[in-house]
Amino acid sequence: MVTKIFTKGEWVSALKGARGDYRIFIPVKHKDFHAFELLSDETQPDFEYQNTRLSPKSLIYPQSERMFEYSLDEKDEEAHILKETPKDYTPQAVVGIRPCDAHALQLVNVNFDNPQYRDPLWVKRLESTTLIGLGCNEPCSTCFCTSVGGGPFSEKGLDVLLHDLEDVFLAKPITQKGEAFLEQLGQGKGADDTLLEKAETMARSSLERFTSTVDTGKLKDKEVTELFEAPFWEEVAFACINCGTCTYLCPTCWCFDIQDEVLGKEGDRIRNWDACMFPLFTLHGSGHNPRDEKVQRVRQRFMHKLKYYVDRYNNGVACVGCGRCVQFCPVNIDIRHVCELMNAF
Amino acid sequence: MENPYLPYPVRIEGIVTETEDGNLKTFKLVFLNPEHEKKFSYIPGQFAELSVAGKGEIPIGIASSPTEKGFLKFTVNRVGLVTKHLHNMKEGDLMGVRGPLGNWYPWEEMEGRNVVIVGGGFAFTTLRSSIIYMLHPENRPKFKDITVVYGARSPEMLLYRDELADWEQRDDIHMHITVDATDDPDWKYNIGFVPAVTEQKLTNADDAIAIVCGPPIMIRFTQPVLEKLGFPSERIILSLEMRMKCGIGICGRCNIGDQYVCKDGPVFSLARLKELPNEY
Repeated sequence: MVTKIFTKGEWVSALKGARGDYRIFIPVKHKDFHAFELLSDETQPDFEYQNTRLSPKSLIYPQSERMFEYSLDEKDEEAHILKETPKDYTPQAVVGIRPCDAHALQLVNVNFDNPQYRDPLWVKRLESTTLIGLGCNEPCSTCFCTSVGGGPFSEKGLDVLLHDLEDVFLAKPITQKGEAFLEQLGQGKGADDTLLEKAETMARSSLERFTSTVDTGKLKDKEVTELFEAPFWEEVAFACINCGTCTYLCPTCWCFDIQDEVLGKEGDRIRNWDACMFPLFTLHGSGHNPRDEKVQRVRQRFMHKLKYYVDRYNNGVACVGCGRCVQFCPVNIDIRHVCELMNAF
Repeated sequence: MENPYLPYPVRIEGIVTETEDGNLKTFKLVFLNPEHEKKFSYIPGQFAELSVAGKGEIPIGIASSPTEKGFLKFTVNRVGLVTKHLHNMKEGDLMGVRGPLGNWYPWEEMEGRNVVIVGGGFAFTTLRSSIIYMLHPENRPKFKDITVVYGARSPEMLLYRDELADWEQRDDIHMHITVDATDDPDWKYNIGFVPAVTEQKLTNADDAIAIVCGPPIMIRFTQPVLEKLGFPSERIILSLEMRMKCGIGICGRCNIGDQYVCKDGPVFSLARLKELPNEY
């Protein structure tokens, strides 16, 4: 597979040219944050960001998605019978996804696509998506991907990895899907050794500038019931206001709710992101709630990511070190600190 | 790709009000498409998501037995949005069933052994399925003694009263029906809480497996009785309830530790539960 070089202008015009074959999502700057948007003629892509405020998980797993539709009109022969909502699974590409967020999709995939059940909405959307990652030249103070199985230039989950070499992008295809995407772009030229070396040097330099590390090595061997009963949970949860921001931002949070919505005589069954931070999440019809208290819900979130996932899938922790929850938690709960407490317990 | 969220369409063929308070009704459902009935091959102990278009889904234990062909039965307590709507539906109405879901009682281990069934209140549904299944002439020789302790608050709150009366008459199943209290002078069965009656009626745990299904308080007080009788925790089998949505271990809400009650359960041995966080 051929690694290619694009000037930055060339890269954007090549992407615009590929819109006939792919719906392309790309980072755009909004005031003080970046978000992925569908590339149009007017779009001003901006690749100068540490990370987008929200991970692009919603492009694979929408925050709200129709699953089924039905008629409630008794005159309709098929009334009350659910039909799959038609979907557009034409190819899409997420350009500029950070390696941590692509790694997250890989971690979440074991939940949605497992030996017993395949979630068709997730599987088909992921299959139709090409992930063009952008390696991180500048780690920020809350980044700790290198401690959790990733890295600023990790290829996990990616189809193409881009290196930003100041004047040019170096695009390295990782999968067949990625190679096909680069071919579709048509432009660019082969990378010479000087640029390949420069890419390597910059990647190494980024790695050296990571300041934040976390130890997760002992989590697997801990007794789950002992960690569950650990005395530090009250203190960890003390300041939490159960706002759910962490779960909303988290690229590996996958929980959802299923709801019916009816307008007139037409109805939809919809799935919406949900979160373990909310008491309704586990409230039984009887009124009993196994996670009635805040401390139980906070414990669930960390235990799920750092112990239950580890035990169930033997696939590392369900955290990619993107640092979003650390940056945006209104009461400064820090998963790195909680992870250290658990690992050292 | 099969869509595991898509319910099979079914028609309500019969509705029986089980209890005097009207809060429990049994729905007999028939598949519109015989192919779906074939695909819905289940084992006692499993559950399904009942789907009502416009309202949502609810996870309910399957009360019929696979030895009963041509229909499914579910006994539903009226508690929330979907169940209230379901209670107002009529024979002939269309709804959906998704499943079968979850694991089942450990039939391989139960074969060749004595089986003790302890049930309370409206949690008797998958126990009914199990009793019908075991009493089927093809299956009955596979099990040694079958003993059932089943209790409710009052005689009018017992489920499946006609069948209970039939089983009382049989000599291949030992029935111990009980109620917490009654002022019916003709009540011919036991009076007392399920754990106490279990303690009175069971003499030993030799070569036996106990299946316990009931409200949390009943389970809490039955557990020490069974342990005192000599049941090791591997041979005390519980069926749990949790708030569920997907029913297939994906939506993330019904976990106990790393186990999803909908997919890895709802049936767990007490031994297994002791290895998991106490959060259910």
